[in-house]
Amino acid sequence: MSDRIEFRFSGSGGQGLILAGIILADAAAIYENKNAIQTQSYGPEARGGSSKSEVIISDDPIEYPKATKVDYMVSLTQESFNKYIDDVKDGGIVIADKELVTDLSKAKGKLYMIDMVKSAREELGKLLGLNIIALGVLVELSGIVSHDSIEQALMKRVPKGFEDYNRKALEIGFRLGKEIKNNK
Amino acid sequence: MAMNKNIKLMQGNEAVAEGALIAGCDFFAGYPITPSTEIAEILSNKLPKIGRVFLQMEDEIAALGAVLGAALCGAKAITASSGPGISLKQEHIGYASMCEIPCVIVNVMRGGPSTGLPTLSAQSDIMQAKWGVHGDHAIIAIVPSSVNESLYETIRAFNLAVKYRTPVIILTDEIIGHMREKVVIPDKNDVDIIDVKLPDVPPEKYNPYNFTSGKVTPLAPMGEGYRYHVTGLIHGETGFPSQKIDVIQNAENWLIDKIYKNIKDIEKFEEFQTEDADILIVAYGSTSRSARQAITMARAAGIKAGMFRPITIWPFPDEQVSNLSKKIKKILVVEMNMGQVILEVQRNACGANVYGLNIANGEPITPDQIYAKIKEVSQL
Repeated sequence: MSDRIEFRFSGSGGQGLILAGIILADAAAIYENKNAIQTQSYGPEARGGSSKSEVIISDDPIEYPKATKVDYMVSLTQESFNKYIDDVKDGGIVIADKELVTDLSKAKGKLYMIDMVKSAREELGKLLGLNIIALGVLVELSGIVSHDSIEQALMKRVPKGFEDYNRKALEIGFRLGKEIKNNK
Repeated sequence: MAMNKNIKLMQGNEAVAEGALIAGCDFFAGYPITPSTEIAEILSNKLPKIGRVFLQMEDEIAALGAVLGAALCGAKAITASSGPGISLKQEHIGYASMCEIPCVIVNVMRGGPSTGLPTLSAQSDIMQAKWGVHGDHAIIAIVPSSVNESLYETIRAFNLAVKYRTPVIILTDEIIGHMREKVVIPDKNDVDIIDVKLPDVPPEKYNPYNFTSGKVTPLAPMGEGYRYHVTGLIHGETGFPSQKIDVIQNAENWLIDKIYKNIKDIEKFEEFQTEDADILIVAYGSTSRSARQAITMARAAGIKAGMFRPITIWPFPDEQVSNLSKKIKKILVVEMNMGQVILEVQRNACGANVYGLNIANGEPITPDQIYAKIKEVSQL
């Protein structure tokens, strides 16, 4: 079980974090033939509230499907940052958005504050695609799947006419991830 | 980067829908409820495209009513629900048992009672599956533990429903229903599918029931020229109500016997590292995944643990549990409820000590929690 890697996308309902998890799991399971499980947890409300989407990736069969010792977490709201950071393991990597998460008193693991919202606003013109930027950051940082695999998995789930927009969002994520790696 | 076309990343609920389609499902009626809704959503998209029926009814009771009507006309029919929706369906599950109408009912379990925990998991409807209906009857219920198994067990559920003319309940839960993992999608030609058959006698010689031959009479689809009476009243072999004591007793016996006398055909279970085990974990569905991981942890620490995992939970595998309890003297039943299957295990345990790990807080029981309990039990 040593090669088990746990990812957690956290934020609020409607940000597309469940979809980001599905795309990552699909890339690993289908395009790279690893084992992958994606789960989600959310409250009874239709929108808002804290939600998380988790992906476990391993070369061995995966039994327990949820994350308990998180290797990589991304957070897109203050509430989810506070609520879900406890399970990040020592040395785990946490990515939070500079504008959406400001109170870092609960910080754990190696924390990187990045401008995902700002980049979306400036380069995409809107916040739609923030989830895909976050996905790009995690893929770049973890190297868990190739750029090619994640792009194929993404294209499979993107509505017609939005392919270029999403590809651009993914590229922004890759770039932000590279910046972190270079500054380490 | 070779991509196998037959392997897909799929949600448990999606796998149930896929399994239903492979089994030849013609009809779904339901009413959406979390965490089962994706089954309805997917079939609402797929069934009409192949000329089959999807029907959203006004409530869960009517939905199962529609399913039974369709099944009487020869359709392979299914409904899916959760929590309070399953409570509402009980009346018609009884009707399906009494009238011997094949159908599949999926219960994606969530926390209860009442509206309980719509988005969180539980395994607290195991006893309801058997006893939710009033009156003596037998039921078949299946508890898959993975997305892949959800697909194949749904196919098996349809087969058992047709073969034994009975409602079959699939008990998944929020964890299995909503998680995504790899599924190997079979070719239709590679799976056994039992189709609805016409009776082998002409209409004038047809009785819709037979309580004494030991064989299940094929259910003649309405509209094929076979005329018969369907009632929830105790009935004789013609289908008409009867109050004769021998007819009543034969009818009561038959509903139990047709399931229990065929238990070898209906039962399905898995044993994991039981050969040399000193502690037997009994776990099923999503919880068995954590148990398997906990057993690996225990073995690494020198504790010989193994698992018995029922896949068919009703009829309960009495004989296997009884046999295992003769050689393994400590049994730990792990379930996400306040203690349900443990009662069946206690009933069957021959001189073994039976312990329970019951956690019902909406979150799946973790391997660490089970491992801690295994260590505790090993020292008793």
